[in-house]
Amino acid sequence: MQALSLRQLAKTYKTGVQALRGIDLDVEQGDFFALLGPNGAGKTTAIGIVASLVNKTSGKALVFGHDIDTELEAAKACLGLVPQEINFNQFEKVSTILVNQAGFYGIPRGLAKERMETWLRKLQLWDKRDAVSRTLSGGMKRRLMIARALIHEPRLLILDEPTAGVDIEVRRSMWDFLRQLNDDGTTIILTTHYLEEAESLCRNIAIIDEGRIIEHDRMATVLRKLHSEVFVLNLRHPVAAPPVLPGYALELADDGSLEVVVTKDQNLNGIFAALSERGIEVVSMRNKANRLEELFMRLVEGRDAGTGLPHKAANA
Amino acid sequence: MNDATTVTGRPEAAAPRGHRWVGFRTIVIREFSRILRIWGQTIVPPAITATLYFIIFGSLIGRRIGDMGGFSYMQYIAPGLIMMSVITNSYGNVVSSFFGAKFGRHIEELLVAPLPNWLIVLGYVAGGVVRGLLVGLVVMLIALFFTHLHVEHWLVVIGAVLLTATVFSLLGFINAVFAKNFDQITFVPTFILTPMTYLGGVFYSIAMLPDWAQHASRANPILYMVNAFRYGFLGQSDVGLGVSFGIMLLALVALFVSCVWLMEKGIGTRE
Repeated sequence: MQALSLRQLAKTYKTGVQALRGIDLDVEQGDFFALLGPNGAGKTTAIGIVASLVNKTSGKALVFGHDIDTELEAAKACLGLVPQEINFNQFEKVSTILVNQAGFYGIPRGLAKERMETWLRKLQLWDKRDAVSRTLSGGMKRRLMIARALIHEPRLLILDEPTAGVDIEVRRSMWDFLRQLNDDGTTIILTTHYLEEAESLCRNIAIIDEGRIIEHDRMATVLRKLHSEVFVLNLRHPVAAPPVLPGYALELADDGSLEVVVTKDQNLNGIFAALSERGIEVVSMRNKANRLEELFMRLVEGRDAGTGLPHKAANA
Repeated sequence: MNDATTVTGRPEAAAPRGHRWVGFRTIVIREFSRILRIWGQTIVPPAITATLYFIIFGSLIGRRIGDMGGFSYMQYIAPGLIMMSVITNSYGNVVSSFFGAKFGRHIEELLVAPLPNWLIVLGYVAGGVVRGLLVGLVVMLIALFFTHLHVEHWLVVIGAVLLTATVFSLLGFINAVFAKNFDQITFVPTFILTPMTYLGGVFYSIAMLPDWAQHASRANPILYMVNAFRYGFLGQSDVGLGVSFGIMLLALVALFVSCVWLMEKGIGTRE
């Protein structure tokens, strides 16, 4: 079953800005899905339409088969939203925010209090239950919004930039939490600017630019479309100049490590063998750039000339 | 996930029976909590204002005015002052609370929830009515320190105050929907509501006015509300009781339909 299905979804704002130009998107139940795109691409508009915060101009949106035009309440009951901006009452206590939100979903007060405790403990906010929400740190506010979105235990959780502005430690703990949530059966759709986050967490991906979906596939498939990758090889003993290896382009980095460009039709075994023959010992290796970031930049800037990836201009 | 997951989200997301009642009750509880949390802004100022009115207009000036329609001036203006507090506070509660929710974006908590728009309107209006009645009760208790209040028709008093509080809560809701900044939520109360209330027969009978002013006063809906309420206390009114209740009911239905329509269209709330 599809957790989310969008068909020819379009939005034109009163200003004339076409935020969405008829997008089609399917997210399977149980998926961990990344929706990526540059600022102003239409991600938040698409999420806003699904969550009833934005009126669509045309098209269809279904949440677990419930059409938002004809079964809006059923669609909303399936959905939990963590928006980009802080949008809880900053004068209310943490516990009050959660209990009230549960009430809006029809959950009786007694059960709402039980769930409030459960989710606050899971998100390490239980100690802050009596704190006025505006006194929380940025990371705590983000976690509070996640707890609020989960209080009615939705089947589909949409997170719009959930880790923006939080430190690495909090971000990592959020990732673990979201992975566990997905393992427990919640379908998750994530938008993020941290592409490492999307690559690390998500199984499927759609890239949206200027109101159009320009890529929609499995994460592994999309990454395979990369024509080449740059690897950084850390050496046991630094070399004075990069060795000449036929068929490979190597450069010497400032710290004495080697950078090598490996295309899709090449492999690393050949490089290691050639370096070994020259007495150069490689002790470790890493990608120079985040692979998804590289792909993302090529897609949205139309810079990819040789990989057969869609060109931005061709989609405009 | 615990065994209570069938209440909403999983597995079929079917909303349980009674979920709307829980949602409505939650909005009302939240509004009531807000009224109590900021009691220094919601309860105390109208109590002080009413006390000053009773001292200045009722005791000091009222003694020189003498009787009005067979009642002391204090007794005559007490129902009007109570109604004035109900009007300003029911209106003020909804306009500030709903606009505050828009401004702070926590209105989104309600917009994403599986609640019909008419119920969101009802919840906010109920909050306004609660505050209007609460402040009205406080002002009535203050009035008892200054004069004896005899109630002639309890049902008329209750009906008039409930309808008036509802009508002005709905008006406050519409104001909040269209307001884009804090100036726009104070404009209507300051420049429209207050003059209409003062000219709505709170302090005088329109029988004292020249003919043209009497006709002009009859175009003011607040006149009918104040007089219906006064009739409940004193048994006398400048206008017909049937006309008063007819106007209030008509206004209530028209305003409620307008509020729900605004929410359905997303005007002022959804982009």
